[in-house]
Amino acid sequence: MGSETLFFGTLIGTYMVYNGASVVGPYPRDVLDIPLTTISTFVLLMSSLAVVLALEFLQQGKRKLALFWTMMIIVLGCGFLAFQAYEFTHFYHVGLTLQSNIFGSTFFVLTGFHGAHVTVGVIWLLVLWFDMYRGHMGPQQSLRLEIAGLYWHFVDIVWIVIFTLVYLMEFV
Amino acid sequence: MAEHHGMQEAHAHAPAHGHGHDHAGGPDAPPHVGWKKYVLIGVILAAVTVLEVAAVESHIFPANVVIPALMVLTVAKFFLVVLYYMHLKMDHAIFGRVFWGPLFLAVLVVLGLFLLFHIVPTWGKFSN
Repeated sequence: MGSETLFFGTLIGTYMVYNGASVVGPYPRDVLDIPLTTISTFVLLMSSLAVVLALEFLQQGKRKLALFWTMMIIVLGCGFLAFQAYEFTHFYHVGLTLQSNIFGSTFFVLTGFHGAHVTVGVIWLLVLWFDMYRGHMGPQQSLRLEIAGLYWHFVDIVWIVIFTLVYLMEFV
Repeated sequence: MAEHHGMQEAHAHAPAHGHGHDHAGGPDAPPHVGWKKYVLIGVILAAVTVLEVAAVESHIFPANVVIPALMVLTVAKFFLVVLYYMHLKMDHAIFGRVFWGPLFLAVLVVLGLFLLFHIVPTWGKFSN
């Protein structure tokens, strides 16, 4: 997690340094959609809540509730990825790609790597959900969900920073 | 396996903060704050996000007010997740060091990049 912190710190730093350096459009203000991203941010924040609830119920031995909240994390994570897929597709259609300008390069690398981390988290949690469903994971094995949860929260806090620095600051 | 055992051992030596912290998973499990507090933190996180967006979208306040406010609110959200959801507040100090150390380095990297690309060129020495 320490190396991941440095990894995203470097990507965010690079985005900030090159912010406003594009000489051709589309520019951030032309494409970024605050209402849409607010919803996807809300979805990711609520998935973090689902993580702690799933872990709490798993540790208490309430298997059905743990299964439900773990599935909620997966659904909310997929929802966030769907928003990101829509956003990327929309940007592509308005002419913003990795190669179009410095904003496109830094934006897609930063948010793309974040999305890749969410995807890994969803796959990890799917594996845990199946193990829980088949009865291979109970309170004694809750550390497995806890470690996945720490990873998920980390991905969430990275997005908290990205949402402010990349999206909100652009419209101040 | 050894790492797994090590984590549990470190959790077992975590200082007890008492007052509402359940130890639902037994003595080896990390202390938790309980689902009601988790939901409350979730509501606060959502409310702060709404506040951030409202501050930007309303265009009522000048930038020199909104930018510091956004930074404070973002840091508040960050700390809420790290301290309570990632339970670093209740964990053994070693987990905190493993997280805060690299975070400090990451902040230094961002500040260093800013210094190199935005501050140093304005001195005229390295600018084109």
